[in-house]
Amino acid sequence: MRKLIVAATAAILCSTAIALADTVGPNEVKIVDAAVEGSLSGQAGDAAAGRDIMINRKLGNCLACHQNSEIPEQPFHGEVGPPLDGVADRWSEGELRAILVDVKTAMNPDSIMPSFYSLNLGVRVAESFAGKTILQAQQVEDVLAYLMTLKEE
Amino acid sequence: MINRGGIVAALGLSALMAMIVAPAHADPDNNQLIIDGEVIITDVAAPDDSPLDRIYSGWRFRSPETQSLQMDDFENPGFVAVDDAIESWDTAEGSEGKSCASCHSDPSSLAGLRTTLPKWDEATNKPATMENLINRCRTDRMGAEAWGWEQKEMVNMTALVSLQSRGMPVNVQTDGPMAEWIEKGKDLYYTRVGQLNMSCSNCHEDNYGNQIRSDHLSQGQVNGFPVYRLKWAGLGSIHRRFKGCMENIRATPFKRGSDEFIALEAYVASRGAGLAVETPSVRN
Ligand code: HEC
Ligand code: HEC
Ligand code: HEC
Repeated sequence: MRKLIVAATAAILCSTAIALADTVGPNEVKIVDAAVEGSLSGQAGDAAAGRDIMINRKLGNCLACHQNSEIPEQPFHGEVGPPLDGVADRWSEGELRAILVDVKTAMNPDSIMPSFYSLNLGVRVAESFAGKTILQAQQVEDVLAYLMTLKEE
Repeated sequence: MINRGGIVAALGLSALMAMIVAPAHADPDNNQLIIDGEVIITDVAAPDDSPLDRIYSGWRFRSPETQSLQMDDFENPGFVAVDDAIESWDTAEGSEGKSCASCHSDPSSLAGLRTTLPKWDEATNKPATMENLINRCRTDRMGAEAWGWEQKEMVNMTALVSLQSRGMPVNVQTDGPMAEWIEKGKDLYYTRVGQLNMSCSNCHEDNYGNQIRSDHLSQGQVNGFPVYRLKWAGLGSIHRRFKGCMENIRATPFKRGSDEFIALEAYVASRGAGLAVETPSVRN
């Protein structure tokens, strides 16, 4: 059903930004059939780093809204969203990447969950965050790598 | 979570179950706020046109320890500010050599006022907040300098005057010339702001009762203001709280006393119509 589309515009980026040659910018990411295929950074994710980003209140702060039994050492897990236990059984890698990039396009236009790699933000964005995504491409890949370890089946 | 039907249809059974586990609203507790033998109403039925199922005071979402601080005026740290304000009530200031007491005798003469604020003000052709009304007396009637919105003396005085209405139901005007302001406040309430791209309603309407990390989300009502926040170690105004909530979602807040925050205050007050004034309430 779900087509696997590689949203790599790396070829175009190559000619303009050498340092970011393999990075897919937030405006270039394509969510197709609720999935984004291919690493946003061109690199594999680091699950341990992703776990830290989930906890960090200034980065993912995913625990604000999600329970996650794999992080028992952190005291406060929110209940705004569904628990993340076994999330890799429910979604493919491409689908999870899309949920992280922009949950409003991937899943629910009215979601309270922030879009972590999108520039389609609210009005009056504070100056220090204007024009910036919440997470960097590699950070999204790190969180994704961690989410892919959350299997129960 | 609108569109849930559509999403659920597109998901496997396990995902469906995960979503059902996440509660739309966990309930607030059933504790009763009793101060000096007087029961203070902390929940009321919501009118038909309300977006809320039932209207709850923020007190109902706080921990028993924080709740108990508000149940005894001797333990309530907000009363230090009230005592300071009683002193300034009697202190003459400004070119006219008058104190609040010179014209208003006792603060209790202003009982009931808090329930109606912000209210339409012919003189300025816009709604007036408690801060606006107090400053008008200072500048126009006492010949004294206006207090800053968050200046200690101002916040303390708004606490003293609001306390005179404690236990009385919030009843802010929403029709007539106020209608346009309520509408404007409503727009702001539902507008997504900031890098995190959220509206007030995402947290305080869709998720009240849910835990957001270490915070238990309330309906974001304003019946307890100014509130004593343990985090602030002092009293703060309604607009200070609005500002904090906007900053948390990485938005540029409006200014305290701005038309936007006055409109938002009027709208949020109207969402809590019927709740008792609780000033000075205690929050974490
Ligand atoms: C402000 C609250 C909030 C934050 C912060 C948040 N989420 Fe979510 N998340 C939700 C909600 C609510 C849903 C349910 C989807 C919807 O909105 O309809 C959800 C859904 C999900 C899903 C799909 C889960 C499933 O089983 O269907 C995943 C995966 C997810 N979030 C991961 C994350 C990660 C990873 C982070 C941090 C980088 C994060 N979320 C941060 C609120 C949040
Ligand atoms: C010179 C007399 C005078 C002094 C001094 C004075 N006021 Fe007033 N105040 C008034 C008058 C007159 C009104 C308008 C009454 C009305 O509209 O019913 C008023 C209105 C108010 C209102 C709005 C009441 C309402 O029902 O709308 C508040 C609140 C208030 N004063 C607080 C204070 C405070 C606090 C002080 C001291 C810092 C103070 N006033 C000092 C004369 C005074
Ligand atoms: C990310 C979630 C979130 C958003 C969005 C948010 N708030 Fe809050 N707000 C909180 C939390 C957490 C608290 C403290 C716990 C509680 O009372 O809910 C709070 C507290 C409040 C309170 C104090 C309630 C009391 O009883 O003392 C008010 C008033 C309030 N918010 C208004 C607003 C308004 C107006 C907006 C929109 C401009 C807004 N909030 C947006 C999370 C949020």
